[in-house]
Amino acid sequence: MSALRVLVGCKRVIDYAVKVRVKPDKTGVVTDGVKHSMNPFDEIAMEEAIRMKEKKLASEIIVVSCGPSQCQETLRTALAMGGDRAIHVQVEGKEYEGLQPFHVSKIFAKIAQEEKVDLVVLGKQAIDDDCNQTGQMTAAILDWPQATFASKVEIDSGSLKVTREIDGGLENIKVKLPAVVTTDLRLNEPRYATLPNIMKAKKKPLTVKKPSDYAVDISPRQEVLSVEDPPVREAGQKVESVEQLVQKLRDAGLVA
Amino acid sequence: MLRLVSRFHSVLKSSAVGRSLYPSWTSSGSIISNFQRRCASSEPKESTSFCMNLFRGQIKADQVFPFPEVMTPEQKQTLQMLLDPTAKFFEEQNDALKNDSLEKVDEPTLQGLKELGAFGLQVSVDHGGLGLSNTQYARLVEIVGAHDLGIGITLGAHQSIGFKGILLFGTPEQKAKYLPRLASGEDIAAYCLTEPASGSDASSIRTRAVLSQDGKHYILNGSKIWISNGGLAEIFTVFAQTPYKDEKSGETMDKITAFIVERKFGGVSNGPPEKKMGIKCSNTAEVYFEDVKVPLENVLGGVGNGFKVAMNILNNGRFGMAAALSGTMRYCISKAVEHASNRTQFGRKIDSYGTIQEKIARMVLKLYVTESMAYMISGNMDQGSKEFQIEAAISKVYASESAWFCADEAIQILGGMGYMKETGLERVMRDIRIFRIFEGTNDILRLFVALTGIQYAGNYLKQLQKAMKNPSANLGILLGAGSERVKRAMGIKSGTSLGPYVHSSLKDSAELASVAIGSFGSVIENILIKEGKKIIDQQFVLNRIAESAIDIYGMVAVLSRASRSLNQDAPTAKHELMLCQVFCEEASGRIKANLHNATSSQSNKLFSQLSQISTEVVQNGGPLQQHPLGF
Repeated sequence: MSALRVLVGCKRVIDYAVKVRVKPDKTGVVTDGVKHSMNPFDEIAMEEAIRMKEKKLASEIIVVSCGPSQCQETLRTALAMGGDRAIHVQVEGKEYEGLQPFHVSKIFAKIAQEEKVDLVVLGKQAIDDDCNQTGQMTAAILDWPQATFASKVEIDSGSLKVTREIDGGLENIKVKLPAVVTTDLRLNEPRYATLPNIMKAKKKPLTVKKPSDYAVDISPRQEVLSVEDPPVREAGQKVESVEQLVQKLRDAGLVA
Repeated sequence: MLRLVSRFHSVLKSSAVGRSLYPSWTSSGSIISNFQRRCASSEPKESTSFCMNLFRGQIKADQVFPFPEVMTPEQKQTLQMLLDPTAKFFEEQNDALKNDSLEKVDEPTLQGLKELGAFGLQVSVDHGGLGLSNTQYARLVEIVGAHDLGIGITLGAHQSIGFKGILLFGTPEQKAKYLPRLASGEDIAAYCLTEPASGSDASSIRTRAVLSQDGKHYILNGSKIWISNGGLAEIFTVFAQTPYKDEKSGETMDKITAFIVERKFGGVSNGPPEKKMGIKCSNTAEVYFEDVKVPLENVLGGVGNGFKVAMNILNNGRFGMAAALSGTMRYCISKAVEHASNRTQFGRKIDSYGTIQEKIARMVLKLYVTESMAYMISGNMDQGSKEFQIEAAISKVYASESAWFCADEAIQILGGMGYMKETGLERVMRDIRIFRIFEGTNDILRLFVALTGIQYAGNYLKQLQKAMKNPSANLGILLGAGSERVKRAMGIKSGTSLGPYVHSSLKDSAELASVAIGSFGSVIENILIKEGKKIIDQQFVLNRIAESAIDIYGMVAVLSRASRSLNQDAPTAKHELMLCQVFCEEASGRIKANLHNATSSQSNKLFSQLSQISTEVVQNGGPLQQHPLGF
């Protein structure tokens, strides 16, 4: 089989090191003026695609991001890491707040078909909404096999051997190409975008599209009622003796 | 970089006007007679530098107001993209404490830095670098300074001075040959000026290069000490005496020439890494040149121009130190704030006590001034200015002393915790000590600032004196200058005011600066008239003049920056307004005291007493006084 055309999803999320704050009106979290970066699982997806290309197993890496114009910074980072070209599907403001894996997977599926890709590599989930749905839905819409939570991927003439991290151990599966793979934490250690590559990435092609270009309706299917801070942990109490502890537990109705 | 480079006389030779003053500064030559000689044929050329004109009591605002905005939107965007990966590299891959204890940059980190592109920040894209402007470079080295100054020195010795000469003076062939491998870090560069007997007096170097008999090579011999990257470098910028035939007189004398020397030419060797107080992971070594055959085409910047090359490289690099140290200061302040806001003593968080509050506020004030200077100068350089050497020297002095202050106060706020190695501040303190010593000691740079400015002001004064000889023909000059003096003598403001340049809420602070500039100008004028050539040897006075110039430039830099923030209605504008007001208020007081002390008869007496104390102690070989116990 000839070298693969690979599509990689690169979501722009609030940086993992940022302490997330809930908006006063409880409609979401504060994003203005907050540091954003590429979803760490997507970085792993990028790294896997780049390694395939370095081994001449992949021919082209197309990176995609759906969201506001700042997503182009994320895409430039992906291009600096080693992507060949980028597609930015622009979704702004209120529309972006309502954007769900259901919509994104339709867009990804459409792009995968248009670009004739052989492999879609996505992070297993984004660290902002933790949906863990986009990869699975994309595979379903395309009616392709899926290999989720991959911790090892090997290409084997027209199919992939994927090691998955599951409860209690590792599962080895084989899927036929084309396929959708989602990456787990231990698949690889993503590289840094080097400064010269960042400069070069400025010249790589980046196309801006709209969801309507892919005939995808992005009207929200679900409504966010309220976003709340986790409850603040209440202060504990110190006890002097085992008897006192047992008494306290009894009082709280935790032991008979 | 560990070179005690620009020394007194040599520094003076590099002065902005670009003419050699060397003989007159060293020997009995008078400053005035020197001005006479040089001004005989031409009128003084007006400098665009704010600090130069400060010495005439004039406000030349072009380089300081408005605060230079030099980056294009694209340059800004590029820079923003470079910040994260650079910071991430230093946070995740580099371990400053480990480098410090290994006394070298560990190999994966060094390799990572090369891949990151950190060795060719200002090399053009065509030659494999990033092609960054001075401002972009400043912002990136700020990150380096915040994390690991030892790496900062490794990188700075390489590109800020090691091969800067090739960037500034190289021929297209030299650039094409050397820059690509230097930019990628395959070859590391070093700057070789300092010698065992030639520290602050750079023009006294003894390394020599003479033409080979066939005329195809220079044969280079000599040894250099305290060369940063000396043990790692493949490419050296070496300064050596060469025989030089003066076109006019036909005499042959020694002049300094710069050479690009490759280790593989043969005859280049180095000593073991020096053991140092700080910046331990950077390599510092002696470098020896023994009958090294250097091809003619490796002369850098022309035969006999070596001194100019050497000083230009240093002048062009100083802003980078101010930027790197801004990063260091931010680090120290964060550490101090983190501790002060969490530590409870006597029932309160210690950040609620005035003692700690004053420390934190003063650290931030110094950071604000340092940053303002660093980015004002990098902006001026990007605007194409060639006249920033007083400003660059001021920024190096101010930044290195402010960083020392911040590290010291941060440690003080953390108390015993600050003294512990694992906190990280102890290393920073050891690392930054060298910044007051190398690349021109702060002591030499203060004299450089004062004397370069005084020389410039003297030029104008000389023109005035000349005009006096033929008053009718030079009426205009006399009236102009005369009326300024008369007005000042009568206590009327000379009409030079910073008021029009600043935001309206900074009018009072600007007025303090305007008054300081006026008094500074008249003190210089009086000193020139009264002391003439003798001023050169009055270092007690010169230091107080330099101190005032530093404070005035600081005032102007923060007035400009705070005005910009206020005009843009930046979210931090009110905070910056306060920083600016406090600094100007206190600086104004210091300037008054310094200018008074520079000229009053009491301080004159004090200076001679200080001088005498030192002389007697030196004669005794140590403290002279009787021990309190009598034995």
